[in-house]
Amino acid sequence: MLRDVTIGQYLPGNSLLHRLDPRSKINGVLFFMISLFVINNMVGYWLMVISAVGMILLSRIPLKYFLKGIKPLLLIIILTVILQALMTPGEIIWQWKFLHVTKEGLIQALFMGTRLVLLVSITSLLTLTTTPIVLTEGIEKMLNPFKVIGVPAHELAMMMTIALRFIPTLIEETDKIMKAQAARGADFESGNLIKRVNALIPILVPLFLSALKRAEDLATAMEARGYHGGEGRTRLKELHFAGKDYGAFGMAVILLLAAIATRVLF
Amino acid sequence: MIQLENLTHTYSSEQGKNVAVDNISLEIHKGEHLAILGQNGCGKSTLAKHLNALLLPTAGRVIVEGMDTKDESKLWQIRQTVGMVFQNPDNQLVATTVEEDCAFGVENLGLEPKLIRQRVDEALATVGMSEFKEKAPHLLSGGQKQRVAIAGIIAMRPQYIVFDEPTAMLDPHGRSEVIQTMQKLNKEENITIINITHFMEEAVLADRVVVMDKGKIAFMGTPKEVFRQVERLKALHLDVPVVTELAQAIGAETGIDGDILTIEELVVSLCR
Ligand SMILES: Nc1ncnc2c1ncn2[C@@H]1O[C@H](COP(=O)(O)OP(=O)(O)OP(=O)(O)O)[C@@H](O)[C@H]1O
Ligand SMILES: [Mg+2]
Repeated sequence: MLRDVTIGQYLPGNSLLHRLDPRSKINGVLFFMISLFVINNMVGYWLMVISAVGMILLSRIPLKYFLKGIKPLLLIIILTVILQALMTPGEIIWQWKFLHVTKEGLIQALFMGTRLVLLVSITSLLTLTTTPIVLTEGIEKMLNPFKVIGVPAHELAMMMTIALRFIPTLIEETDKIMKAQAARGADFESGNLIKRVNALIPILVPLFLSALKRAEDLATAMEARGYHGGEGRTRLKELHFAGKDYGAFGMAVILLLAAIATRVLF
Repeated sequence: MIQLENLTHTYSSEQGKNVAVDNISLEIHKGEHLAILGQNGCGKSTLAKHLNALLLPTAGRVIVEGMDTKDESKLWQIRQTVGMVFQNPDNQLVATTVEEDCAFGVENLGLEPKLIRQRVDEALATVGMSEFKEKAPHLLSGGQKQRVAIAGIIAMRPQYIVFDEPTAMLDPHGRSEVIQTMQKLNKEENITIINITHFMEEAVLADRVVVMDKGKIAFMGTPKEVFRQVERLKALHLDVPVVTELAQAIGAETGIDGDILTIEELVVSLCR
C-alpha cells in the first residue's frame, strides 16, 4: 500500500507550460502568490480566478488532478472558511446562541476559501508540469546568486535530488520490514496510541540503520565517480531561457500590476 | 598498469589496530581480467578501495598508470582512470532517472552538455539499457540497476573497472546479465576488469585468479592452476566450481583429469 505514494506528481505532457523553463514557472508561482495577497475585492478575485483557470486550460491537465491536490487540505480549508464566517463582525444575518454569521463574514469566508484553493491549485500546476529533477535544477539556478551571502545552492539541490531518489527506495523497504514484522505477529492497527508507537519501533530502528548504511555507501560511490562538489561540474541538460520564458515573465509582472490596480481602483 | 608495492592498510580504532591488507605486492596489467577470491573479512574490499584512492595506503604505494594515489593533484585523473562498481545496486545510483544517473560521473568531469549526451547514449547502449533511459532507478530489477551503474562508469571512459561483489545481491538472471556485460567490456572495449567475487563460476572466466587470506595473497595463477589445488582452497573455506569438484570425484573411475572448469570441458573429456 505504501508503494502507491508518489513523490512529485509530474504528469508528462507537451503543453506550453510543460516546456517553460522551471525558473519561469517558479517565478510565476511566486508572483501569483503575491498577487493573491494583494487583492482585496471581488474584481481582484475574479482576476485571479480567471488567470488561474486560463493557466490550467493551457496546461491541458484534467481538472481531477487539481481536485486530488486539494483533497488532503480540504479539512483545513473548510475549517478556515467556517472560522472566517463566524468570527468576522458586521451585519448579522443568522444567529444561534452565541454563534452568529455576518454578511461580511460570509464574503470574507468566500474570499479566503478561493484564495486557498487557488494557492493549492497553482502549486499543483507547477509540480504537475515539471519533473522533480528539473524543478531542483531551477531552484539551484535561482539560488546561485545568493551563494555570495553563503547560501549553499548546489549542496541544497544535491540533497533534494538524493532525497527524491531514495524516498521510493525507503518506502519499499518500510513496506518490506512491516510485512516481515507482521508475519512475526506484530500488530500495527489495534491498541492505544502508546501501544501503536511501540509497535513502530521495530520498524524504525532497522530502517534508520539501513538508511545510514545507504548514505555511507552512496557517499563512497559518489566519490568514486569523481564527485567533488558543484565547482567545475557541468550538466547533461542545461537550462536555457527562451523567448517564451521572457513572455511568461512579462505576464507575471502584468498580473501583479493588475492585482495592485484592482486594489487601488475598486 | 596498476602496481601495488608492499601495500599495507591498517584500520585504527578504539578497539585497537586491524591490519586489513598486509604487505601485498601485485601488478595488474592492462587488458587483463583478474578475479580476486577470499573469505569474508580477508581484506578484498579494502584492497579494492586503494585502486582509485578511496583509501590511501598506511604503508607502501599504489601506482596507477604512473600516478601515485597519494598525489592529491592526480586524484580526479586516477578516479577517472579506475572506475568502481559496488555490491548494493540501490546504494550507488544518485539521480532520479537512468540517464541522469549515467551522466553523474561525466558531469563531474566538466564536459560540454553535448559531449555528455553522446557519452551517456553510448554507454547505455553498450549495457543494453537505452530503452530505460527515462525510467526511475527504483523501478528497475537488480541486474538492470547494476548495468546502469556500469554505464555510469564506462561513460567516464575508464581503463580499469573494479567490481566489488557486483552480483552478490542479484538473482541468477541478474547475475548473468552483469557477468555478460563485464565480459563484453573486457573483450570488446578492452577495459581491464578486476572482479572481486564469492562465485567460483565467475572466477573461472578470469585470466588470472588471486586468492587472498587474512590480508595477504595466499596464491595466484590461471583459473586451472588455482582450482587444481582443492585442498588448499578448502583450507581457506573456499569452494571449487561444482563441475571441477564433480570431475575430481569421478576422476579415479573414469580416468579424466581434475583440470576441468566448465561443463563443456567435462562433456568433452567424458566422451573421449
Ligand atoms: N572502515 C573500517 N574501519 C575499521 N575496520 C574495517 C573497516 N572496513 C573494514 N574493516 C575491517 O577490515 C577487515 C577487512 O575488511 P574488508 O571489507 O576489506 O573485507 P572483505 O574481504 O571485503 O570482506 P567481505 O567478503 O565480507 O566483503 C575486516 O576485519 C573488517 O572488519
Ligand atoms: Mg567486501
